[in-house]
Amino acid sequence: MTGASVAAREGRWAWRFTGFMTVCVYIFMFAPIVATVILSFNDSMFGGFPMTGVSLRWYAKLMTNEPVLAAFKTSLWIALVTAAVSTLVGVIAAVALVRFDFRGKQTISTLVLLPALVPETILGVGLLVLIQAVHQPRTLWLLLLGHILLTLPYVVLIVQARLVGVRRSYEEAALSLGAPRISTFREITLPLLIPAVMASILLAFTISFDNTSASLFWRPAGVETMPTQILAMLKISISPEINALGTIMILVTVGVPLVGGAILQGVSHFRKRSNKKGNQP
Amino acid sequence: MHDTTMSDASSDPRPFTAGDSSQGGQPAVDFRDIDIAYGKFMAVKDFSLSIAKGSFVTLLGPSGCGKTTILRSLAGLVDITTGQISIGGRRVDDVPIYKRNIGLVFQNYALFPHKSVFDNVAFGLKYRSVPKSEIAAKVTKALEMVRLPGSEKKLPAQLSGGQQQRIALARAIIFEPEVLLMDEPLSALDANMREDMRVEIKKIQKETGITAIFVTHDQEEALSMSDQIVVMNAGRIEQIGTPQQVYDEPATGFVANFLGKANMLPGTVSAADSSGATVALECGSDVKVAAPRALAKGDGVTVVVRPQKLSVTSGADGNRLAGRIVSASYLGGSAVYEIDIAGSIVRANSAIEGKPLAEGDAVEAGFEPHDCILLDAQGRRIA
Repeated sequence: MTGASVAAREGRWAWRFTGFMTVCVYIFMFAPIVATVILSFNDSMFGGFPMTGVSLRWYAKLMTNEPVLAAFKTSLWIALVTAAVSTLVGVIAAVALVRFDFRGKQTISTLVLLPALVPETILGVGLLVLIQAVHQPRTLWLLLLGHILLTLPYVVLIVQARLVGVRRSYEEAALSLGAPRISTFREITLPLLIPAVMASILLAFTISFDNTSASLFWRPAGVETMPTQILAMLKISISPEINALGTIMILVTVGVPLVGGAILQGVSHFRKRSNKKGNQP
Repeated sequence: MHDTTMSDASSDPRPFTAGDSSQGGQPAVDFRDIDIAYGKFMAVKDFSLSIAKGSFVTLLGPSGCGKTTILRSLAGLVDITTGQISIGGRRVDDVPIYKRNIGLVFQNYALFPHKSVFDNVAFGLKYRSVPKSEIAAKVTKALEMVRLPGSEKKLPAQLSGGQQQRIALARAIIFEPEVLLMDEPLSALDANMREDMRVEIKKIQKETGITAIFVTHDQEEALSMSDQIVVMNAGRIEQIGTPQQVYDEPATGFVANFLGKANMLPGTVSAADSSGATVALECGSDVKVAAPRALAKGDGVTVVVRPQKLSVTSGADGNRLAGRIVSASYLGGSAVYEIDIAGSIVRANSAIEGKPLAEGDAVEAGFEPHDCILLDAQGRRIA
């Protein structure tokens, strides 16, 4: 047997093994999601296999479940406000950290990222302890502030990374042409940051909408977010309603970034196309 | 050629004027006693320069010599530590960049990637409240000037490097700034494009009559485009002069070496009279040189000979330095030889007669007594 065919045989086995492992990993990753989605259409009274029939009854039941609807609303508006505020503050912070020199810049740059490194549970307890130390009640505002705190580091990281890649000479050119600093930011810097801004909004929304552990500590009495509501429901029983709720959660958290990405691509595509059209004589 | 009439601006240790200021009036740009420090590092020291209206001045020097820093200080992108800068007689030290009325061209073009060519070129007009109808006409004219008419709707990414730089040039001059600043605008282009652009930039500058300051480390660009060249080294001005002056009459050893890689042969004056001297070179030979003024016996001097003036062909008169060729680069009509003369290496760029010489050949490198420049012990040209 020649050396080459040995190598080829070894290569073939290596490929087979890699393929097998890949399939295993994918099954492991997606099986729970698929199971949840399938079981949400199960007609059975119990939230597990076997399927006894296909039905939308759990979705219908969910729509009349007041606590679930309230939790969904709470989560949705907290996620939206978090995404908006975090992105606004994050963009300003990133511009300051990348484009300006000031004392203690390095320290601030590290401190901004710290909440992303500290375990969420610690952050959750920490904020709670702080609030109690200054004798403030737990309110929705606290929950909202907490979510902003959790998402801000990611926004700063994303925008910083993009801004480093935006050459300063673009801004210098605009300034030299007579555009004051605010106009330069609006006309040059911000449009070049749009991909990072969109990514920030989507990521902040998803992080906030998904957050469980910190929200458990921060929510005011009687208020539930979607994840904490699911936890509460699980404590009583594994109702098939959970599967329907889980499917809706998956739809929102996966769907929002996908739709956002598609819109972004559509916009840039449209821009390019209209541009090409314009060039034809 | 080294008569005393040459001892004007070019040999003055700190000349102030670049460009033809004989027409009088205010200089377009005036730097006075500029120091620029980055922390403890002095990027520019004691820089004074006055630039006449309509002239093309090049700041030439190796990287890190402070030429870009000076340009950026004029643009308002770098703060000066001391001194004052005026544009058209108006002090601009405290004027923000967007009110200085300057055109800026960058090495990397810096066209706004998300804006069309039209919006790029019109950008400066928009901030000068020029009426819309006028903007369109001016953009059309500017694009014709840079020979890219009809490209209004393209995006920068759809243009080649050379085209992008022409658009950048149009964008920088369309609002008729008081001075056009160009920071190594040709360095990112390939060699052929660079030469075309050189001619084009010079042509447009002449047509518009705009005062231009050009920063480069490329001596060919500087020599071919400039009215005046400011040679800089380590944050200081080495010499200001016309291209011919800085090349033929370098004020210092640095200038002689930076422009044209001259051979520097250190030695001591062994005999002198009113018209010339004999110098005992450190490499062992005695050479006769023409001196612009009487030298004293025992003076330390450096004899500077351009590679083009050093001939390896037989039969030349004048000084002969015996040596051995250590490397030969054939260039077609001529060849560049590196010759080892008793341990020091000199370069000769010589026409080829018959067969080019080869490595290891014994040769005599020769030059005429008047084909050299003399530097004193401080490295300044003896004039």
